[in-house]
Amino acid sequence: MIPISYFLILSAVLFALGMVAFFVKKDLITMFMAIEIMLNAANLAFITLAKSASSLNGQVIVFFVITVAAAEASVGLAIILLIFKQKKSVKTEDISLMKG
Amino acid sequence: MSDIFWLIPFVPALSALILAVFGTKLPKKYISYQACGAVLISFGISIISFIGLLQTPQQNYPLVKNLFTWIHAGLFKANLSLQFDPLSAVMALVVSLVGFLIHVYSVGYMAEDKGYSRYFTYLNLFTFSMLLLVMASNIVLMFVGWEGVGLCSYLLIGFWFEKHSAATAGKKAFLVNRIGDAAFLLGILFIFIHIGSGEFTAIHQAVGGGAVTQGVATLIAILLFIGATGKSAQIPLYVWLPDAMEGPTPVSALIHAATMVTAGVYMVSRLNSLYAFSAAAAEIVALVGALTAVYAATMALVQNDIKRVLAYSTISQIGYMFIGCGVGAYTAGMFHLYTHAFFKSLLFLAAGSVMHALSGELDMKKMGGLKKYLPLTYPTFLVGAIAIAGVPFFSGFFSKDAILTSAFAKGEYFIWALGIAGAVLTAFYIFRLIFLTFHGKERMKPQVKEHIHESPPVMTIPLIILAFFSFGAGYIGLPAVLGQKLNVFNQFLKLGGHEAHISMGIEWLLILISIAVAFTGIFLAYMFYILKPYVPSMMASKYPRLYKVLYNKYYVDEFYNAAFVNSTIKGSELIYNHFDLKVIDGAVNGTASSTNFSGKILSYFQSGLIKDYALVFLLGVVIFIGYLLF
Repeated sequence: MIPISYFLILSAVLFALGMVAFFVKKDLITMFMAIEIMLNAANLAFITLAKSASSLNGQVIVFFVITVAAAEASVGLAIILLIFKQKKSVKTEDISLMKG
Repeated sequence: MSDIFWLIPFVPALSALILAVFGTKLPKKYISYQACGAVLISFGISIISFIGLLQTPQQNYPLVKNLFTWIHAGLFKANLSLQFDPLSAVMALVVSLVGFLIHVYSVGYMAEDKGYSRYFTYLNLFTFSMLLLVMASNIVLMFVGWEGVGLCSYLLIGFWFEKHSAATAGKKAFLVNRIGDAAFLLGILFIFIHIGSGEFTAIHQAVGGGAVTQGVATLIAILLFIGATGKSAQIPLYVWLPDAMEGPTPVSALIHAATMVTAGVYMVSRLNSLYAFSAAAAEIVALVGALTAVYAATMALVQNDIKRVLAYSTISQIGYMFIGCGVGAYTAGMFHLYTHAFFKSLLFLAAGSVMHALSGELDMKKMGGLKKYLPLTYPTFLVGAIAIAGVPFFSGFFSKDAILTSAFAKGEYFIWALGIAGAVLTAFYIFRLIFLTFHGKERMKPQVKEHIHESPPVMTIPLIILAFFSFGAGYIGLPAVLGQKLNVFNQFLKLGGHEAHISMGIEWLLILISIAVAFTGIFLAYMFYILKPYVPSMMASKYPRLYKVLYNKYYVDEFYNAAFVNSTIKGSELIYNHFDLKVIDGAVNGTASSTNFSGKILSYFQSGLIKDYALVFLLGVVIFIGYLLF
């Protein structure tokens, strides 16, 4: 049997990768994917801990996270699409309307 | 049935509410019916309640209807409760009857005005406030009515607010009344401090039972009387009333002649035990009344504006009422209030009819010879003039005589002499007005003359009814010399205060003197303005200084302007320039600019780049987790 720590390490690595990608990449689509990776890293941690504690709570939360992620993806992609229509670009440095 | 009297004020209130909300959408005809009908219903209820009152045994007076507790804070307690006793009954009947006639007259007078519904809203609101004033069972609620009529007076004086002089006159009336009302409010507070209740019955008991000292009673009485000088246009606060003639004429008749301005007299009569207890205050009331009676009459002598003459006449007549109250003859004062309400509103309405005929002309120098053009207005005006002049058998004679006789009987010979002097002047100025307006040469402009017409029946019928009352209203208060039993008014009102008695011979003599005085005044006017029309201008040029002083109303307005108004304005400007502009505006602008500055600083953190925000977010999360872990 694979020890729990392996799963947790995998989860941490995935999360770190996602975070790094989020900060390094410049176009919105990739950043979006990075966020998805982070979310799924969190899901993995939830599942692992739920299994080891033999409780259903963690698994239920995962379903919620997946639902929210789906909703967020649809809204987020729609926003990105609109931004692209206006700016002809999805680079973050081109989107600075809120600059004070 | 006798407890429906509390509805009297609320019928016009309801009507005013409906007109205020829907007035502009309703047809004129409906507005007229509703506004007049509401006051007529009030009058009907007043009569029913009056009959009910007569059937009630006297020890049950006053009938009180407590609707609910309005204010209750510690010792300060005021109910919304109305009362009905002879004094309130007389006032309610006079207010609703005269009010109704003037409402009807207004239908004709204001027919062409674009503010028709607004006008009737105000007029109904006024009727409500006035009825509340005279039916309140405690002084706090009375003050509500007192302020309510003041507000309506302001609104109606400034009814044609697009005219600068009307707006200014309204403001002046409001501000001058404020001075009196401030004193009145102080008086109420002293009543609560020393008596502990504003109910009139409680005040009477406290004063009668010796619960207040003479000094306190005098203080309260004088403070309340200052309020009365404001509302009832007595020296020194009378200056607003002549200017109030800027309002529509029916308003002058209703508010500034018949009802509101007599509120002060009603108040003194209502608190008669207080004024009877404090001899000093009563003396002041009588003296102020007498001085005003003569002083205002002298100003009426030389005015050329028909409504201003009547305004000064009103001031003077209210002076007589205060003489009555001051010498302890409260019933005589109230009696004059009651007769005056009829003949003065008649005079105003007839003057309005003259103005109506002459396309709004007010200057008597541009009238004359109107007798044959106005076959209904002239006789009714004449009846009013005869009544006010004090010619026997007309109402004004009985009431004025009752006041002067009481003053003489009390031993106030100086005040009596002033009253007699005022009576000569009254007869003179009112017949001067008659002769200048209706007799003599026609001095109208030709284009005005072409349009002269008698007013429509909706205006003349109220005139005729009022003329009837101006003649006959006095017969319920015949002089004592004809028999005590004949004075029904006196026996009904039964106000406190002792009425000194004098021998019949002296009383007859006094009556003869006042008759002689009335005819002297009329004769002088006849001589000056009909027989020898050149005399007045000759006199004016012979005594130019006297004439100028009178014509310019003793320069009192100028004096008040210089002493109070201008200094207030100057002081306000000083404060405006130095305090408002610098300190207050500085503080406000300082707040704004410091907010602006800090905003500018903070806006540097707002890069608009997602990366930066995410980094700050990450930093926050790290710090948070670090805090949780360690």
